Order: sequence, then structure tokens, then C-alpha cells
Amino acid sequence: MITTTNKEEIAIIKEQDVVPMRNRVRDYGVKVGMSILNQTKLITAASELVRNLLKYGGGGRVIVEEVTNGRDKGVRLTFIDNGPGIVNIELAMKDGYSTGKSLGLGLPGTKRLVNEFDIKTEMGVGTTVTIIKWKNG
Amino acid sequence: MERIPILKMGDFLLVTIQVDLYDQLAENLESDLINTINKHNSRGVLIDISAVSIIDSFMGRILGNIAVMAKIMDAQTVVVGMQPAVAITLVELGLSLNGVISALNVEKGMDLLRAKMYNGDNEGQIDDNDDE
Ligand SMILES: Nc1ncnc2c1ncn2[C@@H]1O[C@H](COP(=O)(O)OP(=O)(O)OP(=O)(O)O)[C@@H](O)[C@H]1O
Ligand SMILES: [Mg+2]
Repeated sequence: MITTTNKEEIAIIKEQDVVPMRNRVRDYGVKVGMSILNQTKLITAASELVRNLLKYGGGGRVIVEEVTNGRDKGVRLTFIDNGPGIVNIELAMKDGYSTGKSLGLGLPGTKRLVNEFDIKTEMGVGTTVTIIKWKNG
Repeated sequence: MERIPILKMGDFLLVTIQVDLYDQLAENLESDLINTINKHNSRGVLIDISAVSIIDSFMGRILGNIAVMAKIMDAQTVVVGMQPAVAITLVELGLSLNGVISALNVEKGMDLLRAKMYNGDNEGQIDDNDDE
């Protein structure tokens, strides 16, 4: 079971909200005692997901949580937007698939960088992506 | 608007990125560099990223774009000082910085640029990570 020991929410409306969000994620990584490498992976994943949230989801919010599963501490991030949703998740999770004329690395790459990855989407309602990076993960 | 300073050193340009890049800043850097290469007919661009703690796919792409544009204008780009954690993360993310040459530090980067200028392209042993 995963329990939350600390939590906050950050609104993401414009590009300028991204750097403070990244820094906040770093603070949480430092707090749980993550190595620089794991911090870097987590922040990079956060950067990819927040870009999707802005670009495709029209903005939204990020919930940052310090969590524990009893054995290990970690950081959970939840990216919530009320955008159009993802038409085909299976495709969207493939390396190289992009509707934005981009590299299509964000979602599959993010999944590789974290320990837990969950994506939920509903057409016309929005998309929620949840990731966890464990301290020793 | 915030901008990253570009220093002219003879035939080269030196850019030291001291802050974490966000999109607008990275895009400004790309266009400023292209303009500056053009203005001074620069032959090489050295980008010091030793203070950069994260590079995601967008910023990686900007670095790649800079290298490609510079090459078209007959200038070589060398990225120096990438932190090991950043390098490992980029690989896992799946972003290969094709065409971006890297060196350990500014001094080695300078040597590399000089070697490239005076030996011509793709010669010598230090630039073996140049192609693809
Ligand atoms: N929050 C979202 N809302 C709606 N669609 C999304 C969202 N996130 C991703 N997508 C869709 O999934 C596709 C794949 O996303 P992914 O991040 O992997 O690649 P990309 O953003 O297109 O390119 P890159 O991240 O490499 O710049 C996007 O092109 C887009 O169609
Ligand atoms: Mg993306």
C-alpha cells in the first residue's frame, strides 16, 4: 500500500510555470533522499509530461506527493488536464508516434525513466498521467 | 526578454548556459546563435552545458537543430560538459543527439574545434563520434 506523507498542488497555465514546477519536484526528490541520477530522471519525466499537458491538454495541474510503500520512499506526480484526451493510447505510447510533428518520445521515454507509470484518458474529458519514482528505484 | 549571452572568441562563439533552459529561452538561443554565426562568419560554436541539470526532448532537439543549422553555415558545434546523469537520462529517454559532438570540457572542446578547422572535416582521431 502506498501512503502519502506530504502533498501539494501546482497549477500549470503557461510555460513560465514549468521551471518552478521542476524545482519543486527536485525539492521532493532531495527530501526523500534520491540520488542525483534518479532526481534527473524524475525531473526529465516531469518536464516531458508537463509539456504534453500544456501543448495538448491546454494546461492543468500537477499534484506532487512524497509517498512511501513501507520499504522505500518516493515521489509521485500526477498530471491532470481537461483537454481533448488521447485518441489511441496504445499508439501514443509508441516511440516515434506524434500528432504534434515532434519526436514522439515523451510518453514512452517517460515510462522508461520512472518506476510506475499510469495513464488514463477520456475523449472530451481529459488526461491524467501518474508516475512514481522510488528513492532506490 | 531573458537571453543567454553569446561570446565571440576569434573564429568561435562561446555560449555558457548557466540556467535551466525553458522553451522560450532555448528558442531564443537558437535564433540568436544563427544570427551571430552569420554576422561574424564564425567557424565553430562551443556550448558549455556543465551547469545544466536537466535536458528533456525539447531542449535536446534545440541542441540538435543548432548543430544542423550551424553546419549548413559551415560552422561546427561542440557541446561540452554534459553532466553524467543528464547523459544517462537522455539515452533512457531515447534521444540520441545525432550530429552533436561532445567534449569533456571547454578546453577539450576548443581543441576539437581547432582540429576540425585545420584538419578539415572528419579527420583526426578525436572526432570519431562525429558521424551519425
Ligand atoms: N495530455 C495529452 N492530451 C492529449 N493528447 C496527448 C497528451 N499527451 C500526449 N498526447 C498525444 O500523444 C502523442 C504522443 O505524446 P509524446 O509525448 O510521446 O510525443 P510528442 O509530445 O508528440 O513528442 P515529444 O514529446 O517527443 O516532443 C502526442 O503527439 C499527442 O497526440
Ligand atoms: Mg511530448
